[in-house]
Amino acid sequence: MTILLLADHDGHTLGDATARAVSAARDMGGAIHVLVAGENVGPIAQVAANVSGVDKVLVADDPALAHLLAEPVADLLVGLSADYVAVIAPATSIGKDILPRVAARRDVMQVSDITRVIAADTFERPVYAGNAIETVQSTDVLKVVTIRSSAFDAAPQGSVAAPVESVSLPARAWKARFVSEELTKSERPELTSAQIVVSGGRGLGSAQAFQTVLAPLAECWHAAIGASRAAVDASYAPNDLQVGQTGKIVAPELYVAIGISGAIQHLAGMKDSKVIVAINKDPDAPIFQVADFGLVGDLFTLVPELVRALG
Amino acid sequence: MKKILVPIKMVLDANVRPRVKADGSGVDLSGMKLSINPFCEIAIEEAVRLKEKGLAEEVVAISIGPAKAQDILRQAMAMGADRARLIETDRPIEPLTAAKLIRIVVEEENPDLVILGKQAVDDDCNQTGQMLAALLDWPQATFASAVAVDAGTLHVTREVDGGHQTLALPLPAVVTTDLRLNEPRHCSLPNIMKARKKVLDITPVANCGLDMAARLNVLGVKPPEPRKAGRRVANVSELVRDLRAAGVI
Ligand SMILES: Cc1cc2nc3c(=O)[nH]c(=O)nc-3n(C[C@H](O)[C@H](O)[C@H](O)COP(=O)(O)OP(=O)(O)OC[C@H]3O[C@@H](n4cnc5c(N)ncnc54)[C@H](O)[C@@H]3O)c2cc1C
Ligand SMILES: Cc1cc2nc3c(=O)[nH]c(=O)nc-3n(C[C@H](O)[C@H](O)[C@H](O)COP(=O)(O)OP(=O)(O)OC[C@H]3O[C@@H](n4cnc5c(N)ncnc54)[C@H](O)[C@@H]3O)c2cc1C
Repeated sequence: MTILLLADHDGHTLGDATARAVSAARDMGGAIHVLVAGENVGPIAQVAANVSGVDKVLVADDPALAHLLAEPVADLLVGLSADYVAVIAPATSIGKDILPRVAARRDVMQVSDITRVIAADTFERPVYAGNAIETVQSTDVLKVVTIRSSAFDAAPQGSVAAPVESVSLPARAWKARFVSEELTKSERPELTSAQIVVSGGRGLGSAQAFQTVLAPLAECWHAAIGASRAAVDASYAPNDLQVGQTGKIVAPELYVAIGISGAIQHLAGMKDSKVIVAINKDPDAPIFQVADFGLVGDLFTLVPELVRALG
Repeated sequence: MKKILVPIKMVLDANVRPRVKADGSGVDLSGMKLSINPFCEIAIEEAVRLKEKGLAEEVVAISIGPAKAQDILRQAMAMGADRARLIETDRPIEPLTAAKLIRIVVEEENPDLVILGKQAVDDDCNQTGQMLAALLDWPQATFASAVAVDAGTLHVTREVDGGHQTLALPLPAVVTTDLRLNEPRHCSLPNIMKARKKVLDITPVANCGLDMAARLNVLGVKPPEPRKAGRRVANVSELVRDLRAAGVI
């Protein structure tokens, strides 16, 4: 009864999503092995070994795994899966890309984006952009599951490190080739793990307003910045900041929606936040229906005023 | 490239607010507006653009679903798909089964490229394209925001958590679309008329000879926990006071 968890990392640091997935694995029950795949990922494996609840860490260090492309990582997971009752991963862009490939190869149905574990084979997952919650039971011998990070707390650091073991990737000619990547650099906390998220929508009106109006507020709180799809489409903010059904799902202590109307696809990404604040000039904007505190008025006066009040 | 296959799904229209049935068996779709999944519409648009650039000769749309899914196939043809195929079934289909059915069509049609939506906005599974790629042992590029073809190699820029990543794939390959890949066109009346004359081939799912048994039991569907009603604050100082009282700042 052991679960294999694919760790999420960017080549340097272990994503907080991994420790959250460990909590979900613990709810499923059984021993937990974490697979850290990549190139020169020894240090990341050490960090994973220190997450409380992890029984063993498997490291697959291979240049072919450098960018965690779907074909080699799926091969690796399929090879290892025979020894496990479940293969799970955080529902990040890496987990979402790779796990269905593993499921199909093992001829099992994946359960995507679970928000709660009811039993080792039964889970809750949101459908229809979170407008319905489905309870599903998997009848397959192997469970393949992706975990919605925002629904689980991160497992803490443990006191003893789990053993680390190497595994090798059988060589094969994989077809897709990595060409390049362009990662957004930011000093701010990561969107999906921040305590406070300050998000801007089309109401901001420009990329400049994200810098001059939103950023000072985010700085006051050491908050992450988020955006609606409309703001991303208009190039006010980069794509990796999009919150919503098709962007990132966040559930911080405090979510501040500024100049965002509150379309269901946006709400899908933030409505489980502990406290929601909306600042919008339209008193009938749907965002006010989910906001704990609503402030009606012009964001260009209210947000600077808020920054001064916090000052 | 000779042929692009685009699997499209009919879903509850993205602008309709879904309501859970009182008996907890699912979301009420009766009498609701059903439309092409927005990501699938982007997939069709991309395929048609590749054809218009002279990079592909034929675009074939396929859907697995009830007879009514012919509507979205006609729409795909009005957008520029050359012909369409419906695998007709009234039963719910899991992504693994959808991928297996699409594989059967791939083996008949021999496309060089299959473009799918990254997820369907009803079940939000985000699985079918990756599963199809695995079953065919083809390379995949998911969550595409840009696609280019150069001397038989596909260059795909993907939206990933940290930003963008670009992959090069030999054909045949599977691509799944993200929102910013393109903005789908509106269909003109003459094109809608023309689409009526295009070939739409219907195959009952039984002819595919596939085990359709579901692997997941849906034990129930419920509405999400409602949030307790919030309130308006009069001004910024009241907001700051309330946030401090709530212990979040
Ligand atoms: C398949 C699909 C997937 C989608 N996925 C997502 C997703 O993941 N995330 C997402 O966000 N959206 C998503 N959308 C889009 C969504 O439907 C909305 O179009 C989008 O969220 C709107 O963004 P917005 O609220 O910024 O813009 P708008 O709806 O235009 O709202 C702007 C708001 O700003 C207010 N405003 C304007 N000026 C001011 C001012 N000076 N002061 C105060 N308030 C002001 C206005 O009153 C208005 O309420 C998706 C749509 C589809 C079809
Ligand atoms: C007739 C019918 C009735 C259904 N009834 C129910 C129900 O009562 N309750 C319920 O929960 N679910 C129902 N479903 C949905 C079904 O059970 C699956 O969950 C769903 O088809 C697959 O998940 P997904 O669309 O989220 O896949 P994703 O993996 O998110 O889809 C990604 C992409 O795969 C392609 N694709 C997926 N499905 C198809 C398809 N059918 N045809 C062509 N391309 C496709 C599209 O390009 C799509 O963008 C029904 C489906 C059908 C066809």
